[in-house]
Amino acid sequence: MDRRNFITKGTLGTLSALIGADIVYANTLPSGYRLLAQQDPDPFKLFNKDTGMSVLNTKPWNIEATAHLLDDKVTPNKYMFIRNNGLVPENIDVQNWKLTFDGESVQQQKSYALQELKSNFKQYTYQLTLECGGNGRSEFNPPAKGNQWTVGAVSCAEWTGVRLRDVLQDVGIKADAVYIGYHATDRHLSLNPEKEPISRGVPITKALQEETLLAFQMNGKDIPLVHGYPLRLIAGGWPASASGKWINRISVRNKVHDGAKMTGTSYRVPCEPVAPGEKVADGDMCIIESMPVKSLITFPKTGAIIKKGDTLPIRGHAWAGELSVSKMEYSLDFGASWTACTVEAPRNRLAWQHFSAKISDFPKKGYYEIWARATDSAGLGQPMLLPGWNPKGYLNNACHRIAVKVV
Amino acid sequence: MSQEETFRKQVRTVYRYLILFFCGLGLLAAGFIYLLIDPSLSVFDGPSDQLITEEPSELEGEIVNGIHLSTGFVEGKGLVQVIQNCTNCHSAALVTQNRMTREGWVSTIRWMQETQNLWDLGDNEEIIVSYLASYYAPEEKGRRENLREIEWYELQLP
Repeated sequence: MDRRNFITKGTLGTLSALIGADIVYANTLPSGYRLLAQQDPDPFKLFNKDTGMSVLNTKPWNIEATAHLLDDKVTPNKYMFIRNNGLVPENIDVQNWKLTFDGESVQQQKSYALQELKSNFKQYTYQLTLECGGNGRSEFNPPAKGNQWTVGAVSCAEWTGVRLRDVLQDVGIKADAVYIGYHATDRHLSLNPEKEPISRGVPITKALQEETLLAFQMNGKDIPLVHGYPLRLIAGGWPASASGKWINRISVRNKVHDGAKMTGTSYRVPCEPVAPGEKVADGDMCIIESMPVKSLITFPKTGAIIKKGDTLPIRGHAWAGELSVSKMEYSLDFGASWTACTVEAPRNRLAWQHFSAKISDFPKKGYYEIWARATDSAGLGQPMLLPGWNPKGYLNNACHRIAVKVV
Repeated sequence: MSQEETFRKQVRTVYRYLILFFCGLGLLAAGFIYLLIDPSLSVFDGPSDQLITEEPSELEGEIVNGIHLSTGFVEGKGLVQVIQNCTNCHSAALVTQNRMTREGWVSTIRWMQETQNLWDLGDNEEIIVSYLASYYAPEEKGRRENLREIEWYELQLP
C-alpha cells in the first residue's frame, strides 16, 4: 500500500512507532523496501470474510455486512461484522490462557484455565443477537463521529460456552456486587501498554442471566481470532461492545464499571432527549443497556426488478434487545398502509426472529420502496424517520427499506 | 473668489478627507478580519524547519482526480500534515468517512489528546483543522435520505 511506502520514506521514527519496535538494521534497509510487518494483508482472506463486506476502517479493523448478505438464519463467520477498538492480539497461548476474577466484590480472587472452564461447568449453546451500538450511525444529521456504519453491524450466531453466573457462583461474589467489567489482551492503537482499548461490562443482573456466556465456540467451531478467540463474553441484546473479546480477566465491581469506553460519552446517549446538534455534558449521558427493536429485509437485495403480476417473496430478521418481536409488517406506500408478515418465535431468548411475506399486490408498474417495521413485546415499534438524535450516533433503529421496480 | 466657489472648494476638501477616512477604516477592518482568521500572522512567517512547510509535491503516492490514491484523502493544503499526524494510530478511512464542523474536528482532536495519546499538534493543528473543516464538512441530510446508488438487477423468481 502506498500509504505505507510513504511512511517508510517519511521517517524511520514513525515507522518504528507503527511497528512497535526499533528497526535494528534500519541503516542497511534497501530504499523502498517494505517490511513484512508493514504489508497490508487482504482483510477478506485474513478474516475469511465475503468480498461483498464493506471495509470501513483498516486500523483498527472495522468491517460490516450489507443487508442481503445477512440472509442466513444463523450468521456464518463470512458475513459477521467486525468491530474493533484496538489491535487484534497476536500469538495467543491457549495452553496457558487464564481467566481471572477480581474486583471489590469477589469473595476471593480466582483464576481458571480455559480447560477448567470447559470441563468444570455445564456448557450451553444459544443463538444470540449482537448489534453494534453505532449500527446505522451514518444516517444521523448532524453527523456523529466514528465509524459510519450503515445497516450491517449486526449478527446472530450460535455461541457455545459456560454460563457466567455458574462461574461467578463458584468464585463467590459479595452482596454489594453491582457490575462486572471485562479486561482483554487486545492492544491500544497508541501501543501504550498501560492503556486498554476497551474494557466495558454489564450490571450484575445481566451478568447473571442464563444466556450470558463465557463462550469459546461460535457456530460449532473455535471462535475466529478476530471475534475473540479463545474466550469471549457474550451479552446478547445489548450493544455488542458489552460482549468483550479475548477476555482474560473479569472484575466484579461494587460500583458501575469505569473501564475504557464505559465513561464520558462512549456507548452513552443523553439521559433526557435533546435537539439535533445540541451539546450534552458528559454527566448528562446515560449508559446504553438493551438495544431497541429493529429489523432488516435480507431478501431480495435492494434494486430488484420484477414483472407486473409476479409475486415477490420477502424475508429477513427482527430483534428487540432484551425483549422479543411481537409484530412484523411491511409497507409499499411509505407507511400509509401496513400489511402483516409472518414472524417466527425466536430459537431462544435474545435470538433474532425470522419474518417473511409474499407480496402480490403491487397496484401498477413503477418504482416502489418496501419498508419493514417491527414492534416489540412492550408495544414499541420502529420509527420511519431517524429516532432521537444523540451526539455519538447510537441506536438508529429507523425502518429498513429496499427499492423495487415493477416493469 | 466668489463665496459660492469657496464653499464648493471646502465641500470638495471635506469630501476627499471623507474618502480617505473610509479607505483607512476599510483597511483597518480588513486587517482585523485577517487577524481573527490568522492571529499568528503565519503568512508572514519565513520558512521553518518543521515538516509543515513541506510542499504537497513532496507527497509520496499518486493523486488522481483530486484524490490521494493510497489514503483516499482529498488533495488540498494540509494533506501532508494530515497524513503525517492522523494516520499513525488509525487508518485514513476513519477520517474520510466522517463529516464535522471546524468545532467538531477540534473537539475530536482534543478527545484524542485527552484519551488516546495523540500528541500536541503545535502549528500543524490550524493547518489540519482548516483542511478537515473545508474538505470534510457536514452536509444537510434531513431526517431521512433518499435511497442512493441503487444497483438495479432483474430478480429471477421461480
